[in-house]
Amino acid sequence: MPTIIQRNVRNVAFGLILVAGLASSSALAEPWAPGQSLPSLATFALEGTLPDLANKVVLVDFWASWCGPCKASFPVLDALQKRYASQGFTVVGINVDEKRGAMETFLKTHSVSFPILRDARQKLVASAEIQGMPSSYIVDRKGIIRNVHAGFKGADTEAELIREIEELLK
Amino acid sequence: MKKYPFDWKRLGQLLSTVLLAIAGGCATVQPWERGTLADYTMRPDRDELSNSFAEHVYFTRESAAGGRGVGGGGCGCN
Repeated sequence: MPTIIQRNVRNVAFGLILVAGLASSSALAEPWAPGQSLPSLATFALEGTLPDLANKVVLVDFWASWCGPCKASFPVLDALQKRYASQGFTVVGINVDEKRGAMETFLKTHSVSFPILRDARQKLVASAEIQGMPSSYIVDRKGIIRNVHAGFKGADTEAELIREIEELLK
Repeated sequence: MKKYPFDWKRLGQLLSTVLLAIAGGCATVQPWERGTLADYTMRPDRDELSNSFAEHVYFTRESAAGGRGVGGGGCGCN
Protein backbone atom coordinates (compact mmCIF):
# COMPACT_ATOMS: atom_id res chain seq x y z
CA MET A 1 0.00 0.00 0.00
CA PRO A 2 1.66 3.29 -1.08
CA THR A 3 1.94 6.05 1.48
CA ILE A 4 0.17 9.36 0.96
CA ILE A 5 3.46 11.01 -0.11
CA GLN A 6 4.17 8.30 -2.67
CA ARG A 7 0.68 8.65 -4.06
CA ASN A 8 0.98 12.41 -4.34
CA VAL A 9 4.33 12.19 -6.08
CA ARG A 10 2.79 9.81 -8.56
CA ASN A 11 -0.16 12.15 -9.17
CA VAL A 12 2.08 15.18 -9.66
CA ALA A 13 4.25 13.22 -12.11
CA PHE A 14 1.17 12.14 -14.04
CA GLY A 15 -0.08 15.74 -14.14
CA LEU A 16 3.26 17.01 -15.44
CA ILE A 17 3.32 14.39 -18.19
CA LEU A 18 -0.23 15.36 -19.16
CA VAL A 19 0.59 19.08 -19.30
CA ALA A 20 3.80 18.45 -21.25
CA GLY A 21 1.91 16.28 -23.73
CA LEU A 22 -0.75 18.92 -24.32
CA ALA A 23 1.84 21.68 -24.67
CA SER A 24 3.94 19.77 -27.20
CA SER A 25 0.91 18.87 -29.30
CA SER A 26 -0.03 22.51 -29.77
CA ALA A 27 3.43 24.05 -29.96
CA LEU A 28 5.18 24.53 -33.31
CA ALA A 29 8.67 25.71 -34.16
CA GLU A 30 9.52 29.39 -33.95
CA PRO A 31 8.05 31.54 -36.75
CA TRP A 32 10.38 32.92 -39.40
CA ALA A 33 11.75 36.26 -38.29
CA PRO A 34 14.00 38.99 -39.72
CA GLY A 35 17.68 38.10 -39.38
CA GLN A 36 17.36 34.38 -39.96
CA SER A 37 18.21 32.57 -43.18
CA LEU A 38 15.47 31.50 -45.53
CA PRO A 39 15.35 27.68 -45.39
CA SER A 40 16.09 25.94 -48.67
CA LEU A 41 12.73 25.76 -50.45
CA ALA A 42 13.94 22.69 -52.35
CA THR A 43 13.71 20.59 -49.20
CA PHE A 44 9.95 21.05 -48.82
CA ALA A 45 8.80 19.03 -51.85
CA LEU A 46 6.85 21.92 -53.36
CA GLU A 47 4.85 21.36 -56.53
CA GLY A 48 6.08 23.43 -59.45
CA THR A 49 9.46 24.55 -60.69
CA LEU A 50 11.60 26.37 -58.19
CA PRO A 51 13.34 29.35 -59.84
CA ASP A 52 17.01 30.12 -59.26
CA LEU A 53 17.08 32.36 -56.20
CA ALA A 54 20.86 32.67 -55.88
CA ASN A 55 22.03 36.25 -55.39
CA LYS A 56 18.50 37.62 -55.83
CA VAL A 57 16.25 39.73 -53.68
CA VAL A 58 13.22 37.50 -53.16
CA LEU A 59 9.71 38.16 -51.94
CA VAL A 60 8.21 34.89 -50.69
CA ASP A 61 4.44 35.29 -50.58
CA PHE A 62 2.09 32.78 -48.97
CA TRP A 63 -1.40 32.95 -50.47
CA ALA A 64 -4.60 30.96 -50.98
CA SER A 65 -7.47 31.26 -53.43
CA TRP A 66 -10.02 31.70 -50.61
CA CYS A 67 -8.27 34.72 -49.12
CA GLY A 68 -9.61 38.12 -50.23
CA PRO A 69 -6.55 40.21 -49.36
CA CYS A 70 -4.38 37.74 -51.29
CA LYS A 71 -6.48 38.48 -54.34
CA ALA A 72 -6.00 42.21 -53.75
CA SER A 73 -2.23 41.76 -53.41
CA PHE A 74 -1.77 39.89 -56.69
CA PRO A 75 -1.80 42.87 -59.09
CA VAL A 76 0.65 44.68 -56.79
CA LEU A 77 3.03 41.71 -56.60
CA ASP A 78 2.79 41.26 -60.36
CA ALA A 79 3.67 44.92 -60.90
CA LEU A 80 6.66 44.58 -58.53
CA GLN A 81 7.86 41.54 -60.46
CA LYS A 82 7.63 43.35 -63.79
CA ARG A 83 9.28 46.49 -62.44
CA TYR A 84 12.23 44.97 -60.60
CA ALA A 85 12.90 41.57 -62.23
CA SER A 86 15.64 43.02 -64.43
CA GLN A 87 17.50 44.25 -61.33
CA GLY A 88 17.71 40.81 -59.72
CA PHE A 89 14.40 40.57 -57.91
CA THR A 90 11.72 37.92 -57.98
CA VAL A 91 8.46 37.17 -56.27
CA VAL A 92 7.84 33.51 -55.37
CA GLY A 93 4.18 32.78 -54.72
CA ILE A 94 3.57 29.84 -52.40
CA ASN A 95 0.03 28.55 -52.67
CA VAL A 96 -1.38 26.80 -49.58
CA ASP A 97 -4.76 25.72 -50.98
CA GLU A 98 -5.80 22.23 -49.93
CA LYS A 99 -7.09 21.52 -53.44
CA ARG A 100 -4.97 22.06 -56.50
CA GLY A 101 -8.11 22.79 -58.56
CA ALA A 102 -8.92 25.84 -56.42
CA MET A 103 -5.49 27.29 -57.16
CA GLU A 104 -5.74 26.58 -60.88
CA THR A 105 -9.19 28.17 -61.16
CA PHE A 106 -7.93 31.25 -59.33
CA LEU A 107 -4.85 31.56 -61.55
CA LYS A 108 -6.97 31.41 -64.70
CA THR A 109 -8.62 34.71 -63.76
CA HIS A 110 -5.64 36.23 -61.93
CA SER A 111 -2.67 35.36 -64.06
CA VAL A 112 0.68 36.65 -62.86
CA SER A 113 4.18 36.75 -64.28
CA PHE A 114 5.98 35.47 -61.17
CA PRO A 115 6.51 31.76 -60.43
CA ILE A 116 3.91 29.97 -58.30
CA LEU A 117 4.72 26.89 -56.24
CA ARG A 118 2.22 24.82 -54.32
CA ASP A 119 2.82 23.75 -50.74
CA ALA A 120 0.44 20.80 -51.02
CA ARG A 121 1.45 19.23 -47.71
CA GLN A 122 1.53 22.63 -45.97
CA LYS A 123 4.95 21.84 -44.53
CA LEU A 124 6.64 25.04 -45.63
CA VAL A 125 3.85 27.29 -44.36
CA ALA A 126 3.86 25.43 -41.05
CA SER A 127 7.61 25.95 -40.82
CA ALA A 128 7.17 29.68 -41.47
CA GLU A 129 4.29 29.71 -38.99
CA ILE A 130 2.71 32.69 -40.69
CA GLN A 131 0.51 34.95 -38.58
CA GLY A 132 -2.12 35.80 -41.19
CA MET A 133 -3.03 35.48 -44.84
CA PRO A 134 -1.35 36.58 -47.00
CA SER A 135 2.13 36.74 -45.45
CA SER A 136 5.21 37.86 -47.29
CA TYR A 137 8.90 37.68 -46.46
CA ILE A 138 11.50 39.85 -48.15
CA VAL A 139 14.83 38.07 -48.44
CA ASP A 140 18.09 39.81 -49.34
CA ARG A 141 20.72 38.62 -51.84
CA LYS A 142 22.47 36.57 -49.16
CA GLY A 143 19.31 34.64 -48.31
CA ILE A 144 18.60 36.44 -45.03
CA ILE A 145 15.00 37.35 -44.22
CA ARG A 146 14.89 41.14 -43.79
CA ASN A 147 11.21 42.04 -43.53
CA VAL A 148 8.00 40.25 -42.66
CA HIS A 149 4.51 41.38 -43.67
CA ALA A 150 1.44 39.69 -42.21
CA GLY A 151 -1.66 40.62 -44.17
CA PHE A 152 -2.01 43.00 -47.11
CA LYS A 153 -3.22 46.52 -46.30
CA GLY A 154 -3.48 48.00 -49.80
CA ALA A 155 -1.42 51.06 -50.69
CA ASP A 156 0.33 51.11 -47.29
CA THR A 157 1.77 47.64 -47.74
CA GLU A 158 2.63 48.40 -51.37
CA ALA A 159 4.62 51.48 -50.36
CA GLU A 160 6.46 49.52 -47.68
CA LEU A 161 7.29 46.71 -50.09
CA ILE A 162 8.64 49.13 -52.69
CA ARG A 163 10.78 50.93 -50.11
CA GLU A 164 12.19 47.69 -48.70
CA ILE A 165 12.86 46.11 -52.10
CA GLU A 166 14.58 49.22 -53.46
CA GLU A 167 16.73 49.40 -50.34
CA LEU A 168 17.90 45.80 -50.86
CA LEU A 169 18.45 46.21 -54.60
CA LYS A 170 20.85 49.14 -54.13
CA MET B 1 -30.65 -3.70 0.41
CA LYS B 2 -26.91 -3.53 0.08
CA LYS B 3 -25.49 -0.07 0.52
CA TYR B 4 -22.67 0.89 -1.81
CA PRO B 5 -20.07 3.30 -0.43
CA PHE B 6 -19.49 6.36 -2.61
CA ASP B 7 -16.22 5.81 -4.41
CA TRP B 8 -14.38 9.13 -4.72
CA LYS B 9 -11.41 7.47 -6.37
CA ARG B 10 -13.56 6.10 -9.16
CA LEU B 11 -15.20 9.51 -9.65
CA GLY B 12 -11.75 11.10 -9.86
CA GLN B 13 -10.66 8.60 -12.48
CA LEU B 14 -13.83 9.15 -14.48
CA LEU B 15 -13.43 12.94 -14.39
CA SER B 16 -9.77 12.69 -15.43
CA THR B 17 -10.71 10.48 -18.36
CA VAL B 18 -13.42 12.89 -19.48
CA LEU B 19 -11.03 15.84 -19.11
CA LEU B 20 -8.38 14.04 -21.14
CA ALA B 21 -10.87 13.23 -23.86
CA ILE B 22 -12.06 16.85 -24.05
CA ALA B 23 -8.59 18.39 -23.83
CA GLY B 24 -7.39 16.16 -26.66
CA GLY B 25 -9.97 17.82 -28.91
CA CYS B 26 -8.48 21.29 -28.52
CA ALA B 27 -6.90 22.53 -31.72
CA THR B 28 -5.64 25.83 -33.03
CA VAL B 29 -6.82 26.50 -36.58
CA GLN B 30 -3.81 28.07 -38.23
CA PRO B 31 -4.21 31.00 -40.66
CA TRP B 32 -3.40 28.76 -43.64
CA GLU B 33 -6.04 26.20 -42.63
CA ARG B 34 -9.00 28.57 -42.74
CA GLY B 35 -10.18 27.90 -46.27
CA THR B 36 -13.42 26.34 -45.07
CA LEU B 37 -14.03 29.11 -42.54
CA ALA B 38 -13.47 31.71 -45.24
CA ASP B 39 -16.09 30.13 -47.45
CA TYR B 40 -19.02 32.31 -48.50
CA THR B 41 -21.50 30.01 -46.75
CA MET B 42 -19.79 30.74 -43.42
CA ARG B 43 -20.62 34.46 -43.65
CA PRO B 44 -23.26 35.54 -41.15
CA ASP B 45 -24.56 38.19 -43.57
CA ARG B 46 -24.82 36.03 -46.69
CA ASP B 47 -28.63 36.24 -46.90
CA GLU B 48 -30.03 39.76 -46.56
CA LEU B 49 -33.68 38.66 -46.48
CA SER B 50 -33.06 36.13 -43.73
CA ASN B 51 -31.09 38.78 -41.87
CA SER B 52 -33.94 41.25 -41.94
CA PHE B 53 -36.38 38.56 -40.71
CA ALA B 54 -34.04 37.69 -37.86
CA GLU B 55 -33.67 41.39 -37.03
CA HIS B 56 -37.44 41.80 -36.97
CA VAL B 57 -37.97 38.81 -34.69
CA TYR B 58 -35.21 40.02 -32.40
CA PHE B 59 -36.68 43.53 -32.25
CA THR B 60 -40.19 42.20 -31.57
CA ARG B 61 -39.03 39.92 -28.81
CA GLU B 62 -36.41 42.08 -27.12
CA SER B 63 -37.67 45.56 -27.94
CA ALA B 64 -34.12 46.30 -28.95
CA ALA B 65 -32.22 46.20 -32.20
CA GLY B 66 -28.68 46.12 -33.49
CA GLY B 67 -25.58 44.63 -31.95
CA ARG B 68 -25.22 42.04 -34.67
CA GLY B 69 -22.31 43.59 -36.46
CA VAL B 70 -19.00 41.85 -36.01
CA GLY B 71 -15.91 42.35 -38.11
CA GLY B 72 -14.53 39.52 -40.18
CA GLY B 73 -15.67 36.02 -40.91
CA GLY B 74 -12.87 34.14 -39.20
CA CYS B 75 -10.71 33.58 -42.26
CA GLY B 76 -7.74 35.19 -40.55
CA CYS B 77 -7.16 37.56 -43.44
CA ASN B 78 -5.60 40.77 -42.08
